[in-house]
Amino acid sequence: MGRVVAVARLRTLLLPLGFVLAWQLVSELGPGLAQTLPPPSRVLAAGWRMLASGDLLAHISASLVRVFGGFALAAVVAIPLGIGIALWEWVEDTADPVVEFLRPIPPIAWIPLGILWFGIGDAQNMFIIFLGAFFPILLNTIAGVRRVDRTLVWGALTLGGRRTQIVREIVLPGALPLILTGLRIGLGVGWMALVAAELVAARSGLGFMIQSARYAFLTERVILGMAVIGILGLGMDRAMRGAQRQLAPWAAGR
Amino acid sequence: MPRLDIKDVTKSYRVSRDGAIQAALGRINLSVEDGEFVSLVGPSGCGKSTLLRIVAGLESASEGTAYFDGEPITGPSRRRGMVFQEYALPPWKTVQANVELGLKFRGVPAAERRAIAANWVALVGLQGFEDRYPQELSGGMRQRCALARTLANDAELLLMDEPFAALDAQTREIMQDELLKIWGEQVEPTRRKTVLFVTHSIDEAIFLSDRVVVMSVRPGVIKEIFVDMLPRPRTEAIRASAEFLGARQHLWSLVKEEAVKAMTQRAT
Repeated sequence: MGRVVAVARLRTLLLPLGFVLAWQLVSELGPGLAQTLPPPSRVLAAGWRMLASGDLLAHISASLVRVFGGFALAAVVAIPLGIGIALWEWVEDTADPVVEFLRPIPPIAWIPLGILWFGIGDAQNMFIIFLGAFFPILLNTIAGVRRVDRTLVWGALTLGGRRTQIVREIVLPGALPLILTGLRIGLGVGWMALVAAELVAARSGLGFMIQSARYAFLTERVILGMAVIGILGLGMDRAMRGAQRQLAPWAAGR
Repeated sequence: MPRLDIKDVTKSYRVSRDGAIQAALGRINLSVEDGEFVSLVGPSGCGKSTLLRIVAGLESASEGTAYFDGEPITGPSRRRGMVFQEYALPPWKTVQANVELGLKFRGVPAAERRAIAANWVALVGLQGFEDRYPQELSGGMRQRCALARTLANDAELLLMDEPFAALDAQTREIMQDELLKIWGEQVEPTRRKTVLFVTHSIDEAIFLSDRVVVMSVRPGVIKEIFVDMLPRPRTEAIRASAEFLGARQHLWSLVKEEAVKAMTQRAT
């Protein structure tokens, strides 16, 4: 058993290791590639230097603060609104046209307007993340509430549950797995939107770091920034999946 | 006065946008006395579950009124508890929390809730499983939990919608025995719960009931009310008795006629 797991683990590492190795070879042997495609060893070295100077952590924390700020704001607005839309027809009738109109506009398309409204920096970035995270959370919350098993609600009604009690005891926990899925997708979309926003409208953060490194022809920093964005995005997704298993274990594997 | 009095109840659904209407229930008149065990049998789609939901207050009648203790039924109430084929147990609540749910709705303090629930959990044979989740239990145990939940909440009328239909044959017979025990077969009839029980199984209906109501195909009306004279307490031996087999043959001929009609109804 242990050996099978070890072999399987080795197999998953095979492609990434081969990829890094090939990259190293290509960029060292290829003529004139040092500037446009620095080898992984140089990217790692740049990472080490930036870590030591504290610059990298400063950019990471600037990005994380923005993403969680915008994300939290999106969750606080989208979850109650989604519950309202799913439960009350008048909320749906009121909100639906606006939601349906705004939903197809990509968050990135809001960046120019966001700069006009909020200038360069945190508020503008959070606004873009908010927009990116908002719709996945909203739509999953609506679907989650609507998909709550009708017989569970009937059961609670025949036990004498009142409306608010049933929302608390049945509807919210029943919708929780999909709400958490919405939060996970929303965080992922928000993270992508954040980097896009920082590329054009920030003076710190990973997007800004990439952009300024490009102007300075520090290609290894560009790649470093991309790698850190990927790793952090992966980490957040894993953390959200873990939270899902913790908070809604009954829906695990579904 | 009957405990439950169903008067001229009909139910129709609008089935399409252009306003086409389908009648699910014809005109139903049925009275159930205090402590009586009445079963509804009939082919699929005869509206027996619809009738049960109307009595539960989960659906409203299109015409007519159902009365409970003389009061018209306008919505659900804990006094009319329901047990579902699909158990209706939230998977995020343990057996204990599920059994306590109705008491929690009523604002019973936690300690008292725990004591009442423990009593019913033991009575349905689920002690030791209090902290398990429904999905960790067998179908029979889930239904015991659902029954305990309704009884712990002190329901006066038990509405049971094909509660044992998803169980295997052996478990089903065991559950029938236990239901009769809990219902109060061995106590005087005045201390029994009133039960309205929907089933597909004629054997189950005969074994459990004081009266068996046979319903027709859609729109469902009452075709015959069979008075079940089998002695109580009902034992295994009763299933093989001449009276039981006679009742079964009689009811089966009635239901079969309707089932055949229902099949042709679906084919057209």
